[in-house]
Amino acid sequence: MNNFSPQRVRFNPHRMTLREKFWQMNWMLIGLITICASVGFIMLYSAANGSIDPWAQRQMVRFGIGFAMMVTVALVDIRIWMRYAYSFYIVAMVLLVAVEVVGSVGMGAQRWIDLGIVQLQPSEVMKISLILALARYFHGATIQEVGRPLFLLPPLVMVFAPAVLVLKQPDLGTALMLIAGGGAIFFLAGVRMWKFGLVLAAAIGSVPIAWQFLRQYQKNRVLIFLNPEADPLGTGYHITQSKIALGSGGLFGKGFLQGTQSHLNFLPEKQTDFIFTMLAEETGMVGGLFLLGIYVLILAYGYAIALRSRSQFGRLVALGVTVTFFLYVFINIAMVMGLIPVVGVPLPLISYGGTAMLTLMIGFGLMMSVYIHRDVVIGRRGSSEEG
Amino acid sequence: MNRDNDRAKLFSRRAAMLAGGKLALLSTLVGRMYYLQVVEAERYHMMAEDNRISLRLLPPPRGRIVDRNDVAMAVNHQNYRVLVVAEQTSNLDATLDALSKIVPISESERARIFRDVRRRRRFVPVTVRENLSWEDVARIEVNAPDLPGVQIDVGLSRFYPLHELGAHILGYVAAVSEQDLTGDPLLELPGFRIGKAGVERIYDLPLRGKGGTSQVEVNAVGRVIRELARDEGQPGSELRLTLDLDLQAYAAQRLGEESASVVVMDIHNGDILVMASTPSFDPNAFNRGLTTQEWKALISNPKAPLTNKSITGQYAPGSTYKMIVTMAAMEAGVITPEQTIYCPGHMSLGNARFHCWKHGGHGAMNMKDALKHSCDVWFYEVGRRLGPDRIAEMAKRFGLGEHTGIDLPTERPGVIPTRAWKRGALGQAWYPGETLVNSIGQGFVLTTPLQLCVMTARIANGGHAVVPHVARDMLVDGQLVPRPAKEAPPIGVSRQALLQAQRGMNAVTNEAGGTAYRARIGIEGMEMAGKTGTAQVRRITMREREGGVRRNEDLPWNQRDHALFVGYAPVSAPRWAIAVVVEHGGGGSAVAAPIARDIMLELQRRERMRNQPIAAVPEQQADASSLRHDHVHDGQCCGGSAPEESA
Repeated sequence: MNNFSPQRVRFNPHRMTLREKFWQMNWMLIGLITICASVGFIMLYSAANGSIDPWAQRQMVRFGIGFAMMVTVALVDIRIWMRYAYSFYIVAMVLLVAVEVVGSVGMGAQRWIDLGIVQLQPSEVMKISLILALARYFHGATIQEVGRPLFLLPPLVMVFAPAVLVLKQPDLGTALMLIAGGGAIFFLAGVRMWKFGLVLAAAIGSVPIAWQFLRQYQKNRVLIFLNPEADPLGTGYHITQSKIALGSGGLFGKGFLQGTQSHLNFLPEKQTDFIFTMLAEETGMVGGLFLLGIYVLILAYGYAIALRSRSQFGRLVALGVTVTFFLYVFINIAMVMGLIPVVGVPLPLISYGGTAMLTLMIGFGLMMSVYIHRDVVIGRRGSSEEG
Repeated sequence: MNRDNDRAKLFSRRAAMLAGGKLALLSTLVGRMYYLQVVEAERYHMMAEDNRISLRLLPPPRGRIVDRNDVAMAVNHQNYRVLVVAEQTSNLDATLDALSKIVPISESERARIFRDVRRRRRFVPVTVRENLSWEDVARIEVNAPDLPGVQIDVGLSRFYPLHELGAHILGYVAAVSEQDLTGDPLLELPGFRIGKAGVERIYDLPLRGKGGTSQVEVNAVGRVIRELARDEGQPGSELRLTLDLDLQAYAAQRLGEESASVVVMDIHNGDILVMASTPSFDPNAFNRGLTTQEWKALISNPKAPLTNKSITGQYAPGSTYKMIVTMAAMEAGVITPEQTIYCPGHMSLGNARFHCWKHGGHGAMNMKDALKHSCDVWFYEVGRRLGPDRIAEMAKRFGLGEHTGIDLPTERPGVIPTRAWKRGALGQAWYPGETLVNSIGQGFVLTTPLQLCVMTARIANGGHAVVPHVARDMLVDGQLVPRPAKEAPPIGVSRQALLQAQRGMNAVTNEAGGTAYRARIGIEGMEMAGKTGTAQVRRITMREREGGVRRNEDLPWNQRDHALFVGYAPVSAPRWAIAVVVEHGGGGSAVAAPIARDIMLELQRRERMRNQPIAAVPEQQADASSLRHDHVHDGQCCGGSAPEESA
């Protein structure tokens, strides 16, 4: 199995020193992430009417912690991540069940476990754990195995078990992200297209049944999405005001700190879910496109890393993280523009909040770990195969 | 090796498809962004401006109302209110408890405050109490540290400093009701008041002024962030009335407890100097809001304090109608001034006998003496010769039986009966007996005190169609415009006819034996001519007075005659006319005439004082060649001496 070209093997990829790993880190990606987070700091500064208190400063601290975690995760050997992939998944499942039992009620949904210092959101842990677990499962699978329906049953359970738990919390946005992210890994692993068609058809068929299980506020959100003008002061208020803010921003925006919709509080949740609206109101379409451009570059790096990885595990992890990141971006922006119903998904790296930030930074850490260990060949059981 | 290569190829293919899908989705985002921020930008920009800019109306201060001498009748008082802002106090209950030690707050008020607080946003002040005294304001200010969230606010509210005086002419302002809404946003302001009666109602538009606006930036919950622009609007115009409030006060005081009306007007320009109606009411109560008890008390008072009897009360004119009959007779030529009619004390018509007020009869009466003694038989006979229609035709020329056109609401037209009227209104033919009754101002005929005053003015001013008014300026397109000083058009009654009426009226007050001789003004140059009247109230339903009075048949007061008097002065050069009606007052000569005399004397005294402030002199005025009708009452001469016929 050892057929590395001499140019690419400057050192043994299986035994890199920390120093070597450090220099292998993808500094352009780190730069893009930092630019993105800085845009977030600036918008949080504006959201507080030109003050670093209460949001911008804390967000910087969080980013600092997240940054440290990203670097740490990146430097850990990819084989270790693979070895403990199922363990992480099980821990995350236990936490998800625990949140059902001892979860504290926040924002009308049971999502957090209070650990005293920090509030742990198991669904966020699950986003990463699921990618790792699925990547490990499909890492050792041959194309023939992937083609067998029975072989696909365990990973399906791995996706839907946490999704159902999250949906019960209820957190529709995260549940959808888990299913979509998991589905993307299935897709990348080579599951046949018609099988997706089958699942999709089944999903559409079950919409009337699923509708029964939605909470009233979730039903309202969907109904209001379909016809926001029906209730301009009630549930439709969020969407309508967000569209007004976006539209009134125009091409070049109203200017930094000048967003009337945001600063006069017509825009709800402007520091969290609706922060993109505020950005687009104050900096216009130009600002919005700038941020989208950075996101696209980050996504492109994800692809580059995935395609350069020599292990299936690495490829799946890198694109799994990329897909999750994309889902954050798309769901949030589509939501604030009124393209999809209001679901509580933050704008990655920008929205105020610790858990999503940490999830993403760990995700980027994994991505970089894949990059650093791109030439490591991993055996079916996670051990290196050196021969 | 192969296996991994295949997998890597499949992975790459799938990754490319996934990337394509992502790009497609991102493109929809960009497309949506373009749609919202470029295509629809203008629309959303307008909506954002609508969101943040709120137009606040600034109510204009209402115009003052003053009398002809600048005495304020309606002003705007500073109204101190105590407000509470819920978000500024941690415990609203405790704050109200502390506040109630200074101004009492009843349980129902407290409930209302809590209701208002719940309904509005936490930062919107809620009124606790209005119309605070200055002492209360001071005590609240001193205790401010113990009263978190409590504010004192100053607003303007209408105040009528003279209370009852002139209330019927002023009217009042009150809260806007549903049917008052015209689309003017001012009317929708909470607490805005509009004129509901009197000149406050007729001249409401100029008094109201134009509302200003304040453009403010508001946040999502409606809190004002800053003011962007301000337009002060236009305060209401000041309204000057023709009333002389001193004289009005004198008249009201002279009427005392009677249920009565006095109207005094300038016979040349129509200025109403006095329009008193007793009893009166305090218009401030309407602005403040009447309690049920107050309202019931006003409504059930048999003397109808809310009714302006001068324009709304309709009374049989009684003998004050006799000038109309006299002039109709002159114009029709059914009798000459010198021809006499014998009064035996009654007149028979068919089976019925019609009595003169004087039992023994007056004997032979010529035209002037008929008026002087108010001989009913003379008028029965003349009326019989004339018929009702010719009398009515004359009455109309003097403004009876139709609205005078005064600038006050709720004026009633009265009734001047004709054959056609009776057929139309009652569906019955005219009976001959009714002609006789009609000739002495009884029966169907009804007039308001103002109409009687206008009639007298037109007799005194030489037959000009003067129209009364209470405001100096008139209303044109919602603006106050000075009245053009043009002479009223003639009513087409001959000098001879007018002269006979004037001579008769002069005899009533200034010749011994006249029905109001005792109520004469014995001062040279101030003499008053007039005519008494006593209207029978035979049935309670005859009282045609408008208003809320319900019958109270047990009261003998209700059965008594109305006392009337009309007059003008000075005889030598007439300037003012007066009409007095005292409901159930008794006889015109005994009750109404003295009231008229006192008021006309007071008016002329004041006028003389004003013109000669240093020496109030009765000597230097019209010389002896002025009226001495007692010299000519034999009927020999008429043409030479007619100075009372004003040119």
